[in-house]
Parts: sequence; C-alpha cells; structure tokens
Amino acid sequence: MIWRSFDWFLLLAIVGLGWRSLNDRDLFRAVIQFIAFGLLAAVAWVRLRAPDVALAEAAVGSGLTGALLLSALARMRRREQQAVPPRTEASE
Amino acid sequence: MIGRGVIGICSLLLMGALSWAALSLPAKPPGLAKASLDRLGESGVAHPVTAVLLNYRGYDTLLEVGVLLLALAGAWSLGRGEQPAENPQSRPLLLSLLRVLLPMLLLAAGHLLWIGAFAPGGAFQGGALLGGALVLLILGGLARRALKRERCLRAGLALGVLVFAGIAAVTMALTGGLLQYPPGAGGALILVIETAAMVSIGLALGLLYLGGQPPEGARRSLLATPPDHA
Repeated sequence: MIWRSFDWFLLLAIVGLGWRSLNDRDLFRAVIQFIAFGLLAAVAWVRLRAPDVALAEAAVGSGLTGALLLSALARMRRREQQAVPPRTEASE
Repeated sequence: MIGRGVIGICSLLLMGALSWAALSLPAKPPGLAKASLDRLGESGVAHPVTAVLLNYRGYDTLLEVGVLLLALAGAWSLGRGEQPAENPQSRPLLLSLLRVLLPMLLLAAGHLLWIGAFAPGGAFQGGALLGGALVLLILGGLARRALKRERCLRAGLALGVLVFAGIAAVTMALTGGLLQYPPGAGGALILVIETAAMVSIGLALGLLYLGGQPPEGARRSLLATPPDHA
C-alpha cells in the first residue's frame, strides 16, 4: 500500500515537474525543475527494477544535462548583455 | 493560438496511439530474457544487462559511442568554446572541495567500470562520473593546460571507437561474426572495450560543457607563467 501510494506520488510529481519545467517563464527555474524531474525519473527507474538505467539517468540525464543547460543559460545571458564590454582574460 | 491547438490535438492523438499500442501488448511478452539468461555463462560477464550491451548486441553500444563522438564533433564545429575566466584562486571553497571530490570520483568511476561485470554499472555510468569530474576541473580553472593539448584530447576521444572497432574487426576475422568473441575471451575483451569507452565517454561528456572546441592557447605570454595552484 505504501509503495503504491509512493508510485502514484512519483508519477504525479514527474508529470507535474515536466509540465512546470516546460511552461515556466523563468528559464533558470525551468532548468532546476528539469534536474529535479531527471532525479525523480531515476527513482522511477529504480522502482521499475532497472538500476542500470537509473544510474545513467541520474548521471547523464540529470547531472550532466543540467550542467550543460545551466552553462547554455549563462552564455545566453552574457550574449544579451553584450552592451557591457566583454570581460577580457588579459586583465587578470 | 491555433498552432498550439493543433499541436495539442496531435499530441493527444499520439498519446492515444501509444497508449493503445502499450495496452495491446501481450501481458506476458515472450521476450528474449530466457534465451539470454541461459547463455549468460558464455558471455564472459555475470550481469545480464552488461552481457546484452557488450556481447549479444555489442554493435548497438559501438554505435552509441560513435554517436557521442559525432555529437562532440558537432559542438566543436560551432567554434571555440569559453572557459570561466575568473581567477580560480578567488574560489577557495571550490578548490578545496575538488581536492576531496576528485579522487573519490575517479575511484567511483573505476569501481563502476569493474562492478559492471557483475552488477549495475559499466562504461557509460563510469564515463558520466569522469565527465562530471572534468566539468568540475574546468569550473575550477584547473584544466587550462590540459585543454591546450588538443591532439591528446582528440586521441582520447577517438580511443573508445577505435578500440571497439578494432576488436570488432579482429573478432570478425577470427570467428566470422562482428563482435562475436572467441569462447573464453569475452570477459577480458569486454573489460578492454569498456575501459577505452569509459575514457572517451568521460572526455566527450566533459568537453561538451565548453560549448565548442577548447579555447586556443593564443595568449602564450600569459601562459608562460601559469599560476601554480596544484
């Protein structure tokens, strides 16, 4: 019974987070929700008794993709602020 | 708004078709589980998932490693990437965290690679950890000198595909089947392939973070005296 309600919670949380992540206007929040979505998907893979897929999902789907999305976001922001003179490495 | 409606209807139709397909599957699919478990002893590994990935359907994994290499080639074709330009000395917390974290990440990656023969784990999981370690190194500014050595990076990136394809060619010459390992040699060959693949996967995943080819070492005058923070 406990597991069943946990599975339902997982199901609703994954769908809800996916929906929020796609519709959030704040891109940073959307990325964070995507990372949480990936971690919950990894838990779902564990519940489906596929620990191999869970490991890959947590590491690649959530961790590395999250890092990639965050760095892409930072780069987008930097492009938008091109009016500010770009940082020079030589000034270090 | 009309466009969104059309997309919504199409999505619902697709969901309906997929649900119907999923519901019309036989409740107990015949599957290949029994056949693959029966011959697990011959595969050279004791974990059925690894046996499928690297023995029964090894060419799938070969293609996956190739796809990753292609993805990185695509990212590199976009131009030079950028590194965080801040002075790493200004982030003492990150540097001291890396001192603890990096050895553990390397150890865990090796462990996942080795344990893949008996339990969940393997080259992709270990490679993902290596990729994470590389991202942390880049963030800490510790990978600058390594990233200048593009030839070494390229060699490391190609290693997985080259070793995998080389073993595939040799096994084809020996046994007549692509990635059909000679009896008894499966375990060792799988370990060699997975080790090479893990290095390449880790490098590819970590280097993707730069968003392009590693930045060029144009400012040699600056690099002549790199800050010694090791």
